[in-house]
Amino acid sequence: MAQAQLKGTHRKASGKAAPRPAVKAVPKPGVKREPKKIVQLTAADLAEKQREISVSEFFTKNRHLLGFDSPAKALLTSVKEGVDNALDACEEAGILPDLLIEIQEISETRYRIAVQDNGPGIVKAQIPKIFGQLLYGSKFHRLRQSRGQQGIGISAAGMYGQLTTGKPITVISRIGQNKPAHKFDIQIDTRRNQPVVVADDEVEWSAAHGTRVELEIEATYKKGRHSVDGYVEQTAIANPHARITYVSPAGERSEHPRVAQELPKPPLEIKPHPHGVELGILLKMLHETKAKNLRGFLSGEFSRVSAAVAEEIATTAGLSPGMTPHRAAREQAEALYKAIQATKLMAPPSNVLSPIGEELLIDGLKKQVEARFYAATSRSPAVYRGNPFLVEAALAYGADHLPADELVTMIRFANRVPLLYQQSACAVTKSVIQTNWKAYGIQQGKGALPVGSMVLMVHIASVWVPFTSESKEAVASYPEIMKEIRLALQDVGRKLGIFIRRGMREADAEKKRSYIEKYIPHIGIALQEILGISDKQKEKVCATLKDTLERSRQP
Amino acid sequence: MSASNVVPKIKKEAKNVEEAIVRRKKPSLKFPVRSLANVRYVEKAGYFEIRGMKKERTLTVNTVKTFAQTLRMMALSKTLVETDDIATKREAYYVSKNWDEARFLEQTESDTVMDDVEALFEVNREQLGFVPEEKGGDVAGTLVVIDKDPNTGKSIRIDCTKFGSGAYSIPISVEDLKFETGAKFILVIETAGMFQRLVKHGYWKKANCILVSMGGVPTRACRRFIRRLADAKKLPVYVFVDGDPYGISNIYRTFKVGSGNAAHINEFFCVPQARFLGITPQDIIDYKLPTHPLKDVDVKRAKDAIKNDPFFLHHKPWMKAMEQLISMGVRAEQQALAAHGLNYVIDEYLPQKIAHPEKFLP
Repeated sequence: MAQAQLKGTHRKASGKAAPRPAVKAVPKPGVKREPKKIVQLTAADLAEKQREISVSEFFTKNRHLLGFDSPAKALLTSVKEGVDNALDACEEAGILPDLLIEIQEISETRYRIAVQDNGPGIVKAQIPKIFGQLLYGSKFHRLRQSRGQQGIGISAAGMYGQLTTGKPITVISRIGQNKPAHKFDIQIDTRRNQPVVVADDEVEWSAAHGTRVELEIEATYKKGRHSVDGYVEQTAIANPHARITYVSPAGERSEHPRVAQELPKPPLEIKPHPHGVELGILLKMLHETKAKNLRGFLSGEFSRVSAAVAEEIATTAGLSPGMTPHRAAREQAEALYKAIQATKLMAPPSNVLSPIGEELLIDGLKKQVEARFYAATSRSPAVYRGNPFLVEAALAYGADHLPADELVTMIRFANRVPLLYQQSACAVTKSVIQTNWKAYGIQQGKGALPVGSMVLMVHIASVWVPFTSESKEAVASYPEIMKEIRLALQDVGRKLGIFIRRGMREADAEKKRSYIEKYIPHIGIALQEILGISDKQKEKVCATLKDTLERSRQP
Repeated sequence: MSASNVVPKIKKEAKNVEEAIVRRKKPSLKFPVRSLANVRYVEKAGYFEIRGMKKERTLTVNTVKTFAQTLRMMALSKTLVETDDIATKREAYYVSKNWDEARFLEQTESDTVMDDVEALFEVNREQLGFVPEEKGGDVAGTLVVIDKDPNTGKSIRIDCTKFGSGAYSIPISVEDLKFETGAKFILVIETAGMFQRLVKHGYWKKANCILVSMGGVPTRACRRFIRRLADAKKLPVYVFVDGDPYGISNIYRTFKVGSGNAAHINEFFCVPQARFLGITPQDIIDYKLPTHPLKDVDVKRAKDAIKNDPFFLHHKPWMKAMEQLISMGVRAEQQALAAHGLNYVIDEYLPQKIAHPEKFLP
């Protein structure tokens, strides 16, 4: 889908690049101007000016789409892309991740970022392409739960660095003990979207295997929840199996220890489900498939389509199951698309996802947030637009370092990646607001987040998380996703409600106990003053009354 | 109304509490319900009579604080009575500051407990040694009050004609006062402003009467003073208040028959012989008085009166007058008469009214 969009955007962008002779410069009143000659261009002239712009060129001009719209955000996005890749690489290789994130201040507006992992390393020949070419990667062409999705991230960060500081991206990688470590300095030829290797050396490196990426970019560093500090903390929560060491620009070193000693269940790759495929993509798939006939195309390229179902779809579309897919005309593809929508299909396989799990959600939270009560829930997978997804929610309540009279702290994750920006545009936020927290003993204003000393965490895992933009900051509000988030929130909410009510009962009982202690002596004093009883009698009256009241408290 | 039996009453209640505790029972105190729902209007007696509804406060975990405070307030009262001392409501509140956790945080809390104790023994708070802060009201006119010198105990005669442009102030305790008068009636006035005008122009001399200023809702001392004076000298009592629901239902009704809140003492603190001189709703029309619109709270008060107040429900003329006021939707103050000239009230309004007391509202 994203590629189809990109192609569309190319054409538009190149159209814009051509001068538009039809538009006359209208002189502003009062400003005297030389009358301009209207230059007539021929179609041939125009054609000469038309040229393809590369993806990299496009993103150079539209860097905000990738999350580089402000210097503070650029720092975070660059770190994030590096960490995403590092964690994905480790997990795919079955290695418990051990990450080092270093940020070094060069000047107030320039920083050097290094992200190092203990992953499998990258084969020498691949390194330039991975880091020096946009939309090159292993992740876009498949449907599998992973942090990165498009293969844009790290190369875009490198490009941003090159654009703002002129420095190449530096990559050190080693694939095994007996292999040498390679160090590359890579630049991107933005015109051609091709890597340019500036330096390529074999170097001494202490790590047995892994990759280290270094970037120098124009950025600003801020402390706080929306900064790299918060990002690292939240990443540690959602990745309890990772050990993360973070060195901030101030030189402070923080260690986030590993709390889970096993890797999460590896997510499985699936083929697209027919119901999630749009017409443009279907056309593209028809033209690119290696299948000899329509039947084979349908059953081979999609999940949940058997040969019998493929025949059924073809018949409904009025097409022959034996026709060659490449030859499908646009109208035929459209008929096929409609037939797919009309055919009842099994839901996509949902056991392909890798949730964090209730226990580790709580362990992850405990590591970062000290609180009186924790709860977590992990929902069963559901499906939106043919893509399986699942929602997990967790909360830490009664965190003393958080003010009790302010909105709760909300942290959002998609495929274990923290989402730090565009909170209000996110399906998660909307669902939290729509949930009635008062039912669980938590204050909440109308149309607002709940109030309290609480950290609320929501994780969405999917083979394809629908973000509202390429910078992956907010999850789109599909009704199916909203519903699952709501159910997850209600589940943790109920658990919290039980805790809060029990706490209130205990506080109540405690208050009553102290009431008895406090006020019974005064009854004794008053009776003594009025009746003139002896001290001994007074003590006896108080003791008896206390006994009577305490016994009556038991139901 | 003698104070001597208060101490035995306090002791008896305390003894009941102590015995219940010793028997491992939860002690309880029974208070009369203090609201209009617990009074009945007895015309013959002339006041709101308490109907005997009681609320029982049992000593439980939840009531232990109030219970302790009530007992300590009783103990304070006993000490005051036994040592022939008094404490104002404010002073009693400050005494409680020595009670550690049982102390009151606001005076309204101690006032409520005091009212409870008063109701519990069905006595006047003065008998418990507690006196109010407020002054009782001002008196001017043909009256001699016979009081005692606080130091020597000798009788002293106070001539209420000899205060010039000032007035005699009703004391807090009026039980032992004696009166001499040749006046024909008592005129009770809501506002100090109107009272001053009448005093300044010697109205009491002209009309041969006693003027009393209430200054809003009359204090108990003021009501008791007028009651004893009117009873002793067989004088009619005419009440002159603003023509609005507050003047009628709060001030006049409380003055004449008592209130729901102090139901247990209405018998002593009412003035059943009182009659309503004005300003009536009809006066507003007859005297073409300038008016202000009724506020929401006025309308609510008036509607409440004709729906729930046993006094108004009993008197047809009052029901009609209140309905008239509501339908007119306006109110008029006493001083609105000044629109016809500052002394119009003395020269025209009062003489015309007092010529026909039979037309006064009950």
